[in-house]
Amino acid sequence: MSLAEFFAMGGYGFYVWGSYTMTVVLVAIEIVAVRKRFRAARMAAQPGENAG
Amino acid sequence: MGSNSINWFKFASPTSFFPVAGRLARWFAVLAAPLAAAGLWLGLVVAPTDAQQGDAYRIIFIHVPAAWMSMFIYLVMAAWCAASLTLNARLSAMMAQALAPTGALFTVIALWTGALWGRPAWGTYWAWDARMTSELILLFLYLGYMALRHAIDEPRRADRASAVLALVGAVNVPIIYFSVKWWNTLHQGATVSLTAAPKMASIMLTAMLLMTFAAWFYAIAVAMVRVRAIILERERRTSWAGAFVGAAR
Repeated sequence: MSLAEFFAMGGYGFYVWGSYTMTVVLVAIEIVAVRKRFRAARMAAQPGENAG
Repeated sequence: MGSNSINWFKFASPTSFFPVAGRLARWFAVLAAPLAAAGLWLGLVVAPTDAQQGDAYRIIFIHVPAAWMSMFIYLVMAAWCAASLTLNARLSAMMAQALAPTGALFTVIALWTGALWGRPAWGTYWAWDARMTSELILLFLYLGYMALRHAIDEPRRADRASAVLALVGAVNVPIIYFSVKWWNTLHQGATVSLTAAPKMASIMLTAMLLMTFAAWFYAIAVAMVRVRAIILERERRTSWAGAFVGAAR
């Protein structure tokens, strides 16, 4: 199987890669978002920053 | 109980669960990555082209695990909600809160990949068929749960109100699961079930199970990081949270 054949997916490339790409993008967004949220929460929990 | 039995109630407090969640997140992330890599390799490269559907069937390796996870996470979330209502435990509510966005994510993936599979398989991206409509309702339940939480400022009131919503919505999960039996749907019946021999080649089944475990472990890992964030957000005025940040720098 050549690389071009692999990406063509027997003519169904749009549907197959559309599915896999969207999944990878959404999962990546979730990972970045959840790490950002954790870091923000850790910063907000710093002693002295919640004195007010 | 023996002297070396674990006191599980110790972990029911957000304070003691916080470091446990951190370790769980790391371990499950480490497990999920090679499982996903192996599943993708088997599903996209090794598994042969399907005689009827061509290569379009390869969407199954994301679609089915994502659809399973969308329902499974909802049930786990509803169970945590039930625990939070009956035991009045803060950590249970936090666990439910941590699972909702990941459940919604898997629902979106199931719907999106389903649409992209429906087009080549049935000639349409979407139909108001029982399986698809009930899965769309599942997405609205997740979004409704998160919106309701967000709309109530006092966390303990938000816990109770959103838990009731999640529990009422749980009736939708069996409707999704059995929809292909109860109604004549465009969507096909179950490919894999616990009671019957699988209707697919073993290499495809292996790829699908690898992807399912990858999705499962990913969901645990990401929910554990999120629950740590939620614990810090909700307990930030307590001295232990400040002490943790001070110690972990």
